[in-house]
Amino acid sequence: MFRNDQYRRQPQRGVSRRNVLAALAAGVTLAGSLPAAAQDAVEILNVSYDPTREFYRDYNALFAEWWSAQGHGPVTVRQSHGGSGGQARAVIDGLDASVVTLALAADISAIAERTGRIPEDWQSRLPHNAAPYTSTIVFLVREGNPKGIADWGDLARDDVEVITPNPKTSGGARWNFMAAWAWAQVEFAGDEAKMRAYVSELYLNVPVLDTGARGATNTFAQRGIGDVLLAWENEAFLALAEQGEDAFDIIVPSVSMLAEPPVALVDGNIRSDAQRVAAEAFLEHLYSPEAQALALKHYYRAWDTSAAAPEDLARLPDLRRLTIDDFGGWNQVQPAFFGDGGLFDQIYSEQ
Amino acid sequence: MPDVILVPHRDVTTEPRLVRGLLVGVVLLLIGILLFAPLAAVFASALSEGLRASLESLTLPEVRSAIRLTLMVAAIVVPLNAVLGIAAAWAIAKFDFRGKAVLITLIDLPFSVSPVVAGLSLVLLAGAQSSLGAWFAAHDIRIVFALPAIVLATLFVTFPFVARELIPIMIEQGRAEEEAALTLGASGWRTFRTVTLPNIRWALLYGVLLCNARAMGEFGAVAVVSGKIRGETTTMPIMVEMLYNEYLSVAAFSLAGVLALLALVTLTLKSLLEWRHADVLAATRRH
Repeated sequence: MFRNDQYRRQPQRGVSRRNVLAALAAGVTLAGSLPAAAQDAVEILNVSYDPTREFYRDYNALFAEWWSAQGHGPVTVRQSHGGSGGQARAVIDGLDASVVTLALAADISAIAERTGRIPEDWQSRLPHNAAPYTSTIVFLVREGNPKGIADWGDLARDDVEVITPNPKTSGGARWNFMAAWAWAQVEFAGDEAKMRAYVSELYLNVPVLDTGARGATNTFAQRGIGDVLLAWENEAFLALAEQGEDAFDIIVPSVSMLAEPPVALVDGNIRSDAQRVAAEAFLEHLYSPEAQALALKHYYRAWDTSAAAPEDLARLPDLRRLTIDDFGGWNQVQPAFFGDGGLFDQIYSEQ
Repeated sequence: MPDVILVPHRDVTTEPRLVRGLLVGVVLLLIGILLFAPLAAVFASALSEGLRASLESLTLPEVRSAIRLTLMVAAIVVPLNAVLGIAAAWAIAKFDFRGKAVLITLIDLPFSVSPVVAGLSLVLLAGAQSSLGAWFAAHDIRIVFALPAIVLATLFVTFPFVARELIPIMIEQGRAEEEAALTLGASGWRTFRTVTLPNIRWALLYGVLLCNARAMGEFGAVAVVSGKIRGETTTMPIMVEMLYNEYLSVAAFSLAGVLALLALVTLTLKSLLEWRHADVLAATRRH
């Protein structure tokens, strides 16, 4: 892993000027959040997306402990959270991420393409397409499931209102669309006319297409519109934890998508060998049994369940998950399904 | 306008009591819906799990550092804008030059430009994709996604407040007193300190208070340039949004409550000023 040395920055330069500035800033400010650049103290910045906050808070503690147990000096992990697309944009515009842990591979690929600070083959540098934890698309329904929604087929019924954001603007909504498509492919054995008719009927049942996942969640949870919300499983559990267990139920369909929030080292932002070693270890340690157990605790599905708590595993029932590669990968899916005149535009104009 | 007193007293509000009562009622209702209801909702959400939980959420390190950062940004921006505002108002009110009208329009520009656009233009100007940004990066100077950009964005958005308060008063007062002082041999600095400043001090304070309130509350421009690094580049409004997105409503609304309280302190100060110095204000202000 991480052999692409040509992406490394020049070793250290301008240390003194940097320190002067750091000292200046630290002097006035932030008391203590810009530690002096001592030789052995390493700092990495993890630029992540919104729902990972609790997971990375726990993981950063786990990692720091493991890191010093390995005989290394102290490591400080700084965190930045926001919408996945916006975070990628910020890294492109110069946010000094050492590692990015975002929701969609496309967001990390955008950084790779626009800046060259991440090599093009980033997804093959870590196991499982560089996705240490995964999720899937599930249904969030009102308490007691009054409409009796069990699987994707029910979402096309006339008496069901479905809440999902607009796949043209929301990355998460594209997963929702593809999950419905995946079920239809299995259900109708690849008969494309029937598959189209099904998703067309499903989207007829969507009263409002919010622009983002958070807006859709608000529409469903706060404004009380709709019978079922299509959501990432980990975010559905977070909503459940916040709104109270007795407000909603989670329904896991028979078929869905394997959603892979990937991670990558931003080689071009690495300043020293010590930082590189720590940042690489930070990502690799995500695959350790302890970290995988933490991911499960925070409602992600993990690969290695050897150290997981049984109750964390029990709440994630098995289902068939198709991968985006089953449909040719995002590079093909994006234009074919969501580009101008793509499948989504077609079914929408037919309506 | 002392000649007003010479006119025989006549009630200017001739509307029937009912109409007056109705109008007052409508205003109160609107204020209730637009101001008090949201404010009450903020505090209710903040205290939904008790005062203890609310106060505890404010001791989170990242929340404390957000409060610290916001106060610091205000401490840098407000004095700078006070000086810049005085300079701009001084130039406009006391001197005649070509393009004065253009300058006045330019000062108002931050009011009409969306804060998001202001933030984005900073990113365009000094971000990694620009040549200026590349130069900064090569010299290891951090502008965007660090304190300098947050300060610059806030500076831009809050620039008009002081100048806008001062310009009408300084124009109205004219330059006769300054000219008299200068004729009597006072230096420029002394004229400013002993003649101009006392004349504008209440308007200046007023502008500073407004500027401060906005500096602490600015979201749009700062959100674009902050980078949202926890405990480092997150100001209070941004922290509120982050906490809310992470389903930490108690912490989010507690912090929002602190922001609201800071605004209330500002407002109280302003009202206190107006009450204590009503006569001076009336003499120096028309609006």
